[in-house]
Amino acid sequence: MNGIDRVAKTKERQKVIISSLLFLVVVVLFWQLNTKPSVGGRTEGLPGPFLVAERAWEMIANPFYDRGPNDKGIGVQLVYSLGRMAVGYSVASVVAIFLGVILGLYPTLYRALNPYIQILKPISPLAWMPLFLYTIRDSAWAAVMVIFMSSLWPTLANTAFGVSSIKRDYLNVSSLLQISWFRRLFRVILPAAAPAIVAGLRISMGSAWIAIVAAEMLIGGTGIGYFVWNEWNNLQLTSVIFAILMIGTVGVLLDVGFARLAKVVTYTE
Amino acid sequence: MSFLKIELVTKYFAGSNGNGDLCVFKDVHFNIEKGEFVAMVGHSGCGKSTLLNIIAGLETPTEGGIILDGKEVTTPGLDRMVVFQNFALMPWMTVYENIRIAVRAAYPGWDRERVREYVQQYIDMVGLTGDEHKKPAALSGGMRQRVGLARAFAVQPKVLLLDEPFAQIDALTRGAIQEELIRMWMATKNTVFMVTHDVDEAILLSDKIALMTNGPGAQLAEIIDVKIPRPRSREAIIENPEYTRIKKYVIHFLVERSRKIQEQGGMAVADRTVLAI
Repeated sequence: MNGIDRVAKTKERQKVIISSLLFLVVVVLFWQLNTKPSVGGRTEGLPGPFLVAERAWEMIANPFYDRGPNDKGIGVQLVYSLGRMAVGYSVASVVAIFLGVILGLYPTLYRALNPYIQILKPISPLAWMPLFLYTIRDSAWAAVMVIFMSSLWPTLANTAFGVSSIKRDYLNVSSLLQISWFRRLFRVILPAAAPAIVAGLRISMGSAWIAIVAAEMLIGGTGIGYFVWNEWNNLQLTSVIFAILMIGTVGVLLDVGFARLAKVVTYTE
Repeated sequence: MSFLKIELVTKYFAGSNGNGDLCVFKDVHFNIEKGEFVAMVGHSGCGKSTLLNIIAGLETPTEGGIILDGKEVTTPGLDRMVVFQNFALMPWMTVYENIRIAVRAAYPGWDRERVREYVQQYIDMVGLTGDEHKKPAALSGGMRQRVGLARAFAVQPKVLLLDEPFAQIDALTRGAIQEELIRMWMATKNTVFMVTHDVDEAILLSDKIALMTNGPGAQLAEIIDVKIPRPRSREAIIENPEYTRIKKYVIHFLVERSRKIQEQGGMAVADRTVLAI
């Protein structure tokens, strides 16, 4: 890259940052101007950005306190949510990749099961909640199962597609070399389908993070979803808005991790 | 007894939309001796790549069979390695890993160090020293096919099957890599069956050239000897009168006779039997 190009690129980046910040200022101003001033300590309408910022500061300064069931720090709640995610999502991913590889390798089976997958896929994972509550009889595990259901289908569908569209050549080479099925799976099939699988895992992670909030609102007790609902019951809208922003931030961080992973497994032919 | 026998192999492809099955080629019958280099030349659609895949065990013949070293072969195996037209290297593996996976498969008992030395030996042989840790995407077509050749030779198969191996490589590089193939073949004395539509390549490399008539319903028309002394080089061979004679003969066959024989409804059975002997 020559010097002129670099200058142009830096200028472009500066423009983006300035526009982005300008947009933020406009939105915050609009928000503030539409907030009614508090009357006698009670706020009518939405709390303004400064109240939310003040609350955010308090919560972030002390994220891990625990003063009983209805008063836990934001960090504690997020750890609960992420813990549920970790269990439900990991198990779902292993199951989905395993099934996806099998379906991808056996087109007849894939075609036979595809109608059922298509029917199960669009079901909101929360619709399963009553069945899980009835069968498992434990609300915390029911929430984990909701995460399981929400993160199963995108990974399954993507893995099956990725494996079924592996170039014939790679499989032919494996057959010619008589590579053992174990090595074939880990050295040929999974790496060949890895870009599709990781794309599926990324979508699954997104839908799991969306589902966890709703699931925790239903089961109560702990987690970021429960926190939002609890603060709403307390009419603490500053906390609700702060929690919404936190959910978004954590979602982005999770996604950034997958973007990195996608880069590692992508290959050019 | 011949080393590799292609015995009256016929291939039909299943027809679609109510069309009848399509005969690609019928009753292809010839032998390859141990250490011999045989090239098959024919127009696109004569089924020469299909025949190569049948020998490799990647496709099944409709009729007939393949006998290698006295045993019938129907599935792929380490005794037959293919060098593919589009290289078929694993793009997520480095040059080194692409060859290593073949070496590990072929010699499961070897320890790490022995595998490493052996892989390196073949990388050096094809002149890719220093490129071990590059991915195929970072290599030119010629370099990729060098990896393909190294992978195939490293396995030390009984038969090497080359499926238009240099068709996707630019003309200047092609010459150099052809001579490299000659060198490797002279060193190993492998039995080779190559499919190509490059007449010059066929004459430069082979002991015998098998000529196929046009498809569908292609047949093996004849097999001609290439009696040009080895070692051969691209530069020297064009001065050889035998080279010019064979080239004329083959091109005449491809332009005129391959079509005529097909139009006449194929060759007489008697003519084909002569070939089989």
